[in-house]
Amino acid sequence: MNNMVSLDKVAPQNISDKAKIEIKNLNFYYGESKALKNISLQLPERSVTAFIGPSGCGKSTLLRVLNRIYELYPKQRAEGEVLVDGKNILDRSQDLNLLRTKVGMVFQKPTPFPMSIYDNISFGIKLYENLSKSEMDERVEAALRRAALWNEVKDKLNASGLSLSGGQQQRLCIARTVAVKPEIILLDEPASALDPLSTAKIEELIDELRADYTIVIVTHNMQQAARVSRQTAFMYLGELVEFDETAKIFTSPQEKRTQDYVTGRFG
Amino acid sequence: MSTIYPRRKATNGIMMVLCGVAAVIGLAWLALILGALLYKGLAGINLAVFTQMTPPPGEAGGLLNAIAGSLVITIIAVVIGTPIGILAGTYMAEYGRFSKLTTVVRFINDILLSAPSIVVGLFVYELVVRPMGHFSAFAGAFALAILVIPVVVRTTEDMLNLVPNALREAGTAIGAPRWIVIRSVAYRAALSGIVTGILLSIARISGETAPLLFTALNNQFWSSNLNAPMASLPVTIFQFALSPYEEWQQLAWTGALLITLTVLALSILARSLTGRREDR
Repeated sequence: MNNMVSLDKVAPQNISDKAKIEIKNLNFYYGESKALKNISLQLPERSVTAFIGPSGCGKSTLLRVLNRIYELYPKQRAEGEVLVDGKNILDRSQDLNLLRTKVGMVFQKPTPFPMSIYDNISFGIKLYENLSKSEMDERVEAALRRAALWNEVKDKLNASGLSLSGGQQQRLCIARTVAVKPEIILLDEPASALDPLSTAKIEELIDELRADYTIVIVTHNMQQAARVSRQTAFMYLGELVEFDETAKIFTSPQEKRTQDYVTGRFG
Repeated sequence: MSTIYPRRKATNGIMMVLCGVAAVIGLAWLALILGALLYKGLAGINLAVFTQMTPPPGEAGGLLNAIAGSLVITIIAVVIGTPIGILAGTYMAEYGRFSKLTTVVRFINDILLSAPSIVVGLFVYELVVRPMGHFSAFAGAFALAILVIPVVVRTTEDMLNLVPNALREAGTAIGAPRWIVIRSVAYRAALSGIVTGILLSIARISGETAPLLFTALNNQFWSSNLNAPMASLPVTIFQFALSPYEEWQQLAWTGALLITLTVLALSILARSLTGRREDR
């Protein structure tokens, strides 16, 4: 019951932009256990939204629903509605591969493919577009520039993606995601495996990307959420506790649980 | 304290000596076998071994038809067995990772992996040789293919399972259909391991005698007819080593040395492939 009450309160008050993603009464199950409980929220277009909360609160699970990557595993299922541009992506008729070209994802650990830097970028483009060599070169360069990696790798595009440092690998993964021209980018703790300098670069990058993409970031790091996002959702035990402008969540949260978490009293 | 510590030290010393002696004994047999092979086999190595056919008793000759036969039969066996093994391993590690069928297939494959090769030979004898009415190189290759499959299935599955799931998720997240993720990401990441499995399967079958005895049989002469009996190194060694003729016995030693060197080379190649992967 408490859950229902809090849900009313968490309706985004000052966030009036056009919603890119609309999550309605979403429940998620790992086999029998329920990991997300009746989540509803709206994520505005071309803006950064952060999901925060302690481990196991369901923030990554919620992110993984948005591109239906959970479908790789049996016994994981989502119920409810997730509207992207008004279309329910949980619908059975939704083509998963097309959904994922529209909703890109970057993971916690850098995951370069075991191929050259160039091929890492062109891999995704080649899946859906037939480009000439020169067009492809341009696209690869543009993607690498977009991820602020071009100057570091332009002389070794044929080197293995695995030869890069961790931070570079992560930016390669962002470049690879951007290259297929998605509209939404999901970031699952993208900097938690990186050193502070690389983290700063990733955050700068997020700042540059938000003008063109709807970005959703899951993070353990509250300072990071405060730095990069415009609105923040605080989750706890599979429930959405509070969703509001980031500044409000961190300075004057409505919920006691949010207050306790952001001030470091638990979590 | 004063009594416990010296005793522990002494126990440690004794255990170390025991382990060392055991290791030396284990290695000694291998060294003795290799030594005997080199000593007896090298004596018979000459150009004729590679240029002349197996001789009739009491005459000089070579192993050309046996070497060629072994190559042909092995290649056909690998060509038949490898795709089946890789596809089955791919099903188990990728498409059917969570299915019950995979558990069943893995169990049966493990049995096949350790099945005595003579049983496989008998099986092919009943299945191919008897209906056809005669021995043939093809039957021999078929029998060896059955030995290749479980080795390749096992290594393919194991190597694909070592590919981190994060890599599959990354491929999927970029919009790649399942089979492209498998082909371009998973296979690529597991390539050296899968190739190693194929090499090991070749090493395994190149010395097999039992499955060839009642399938490909043997042939004193050159034959390129797959539908007829064909010579092979292991069967020739078996026949020549048991014979009373000195020339034949010498050729058996030489043939054994050739097989051993081949298996050694394959193993080194396999090791260097996996080694390179770990270095990265």
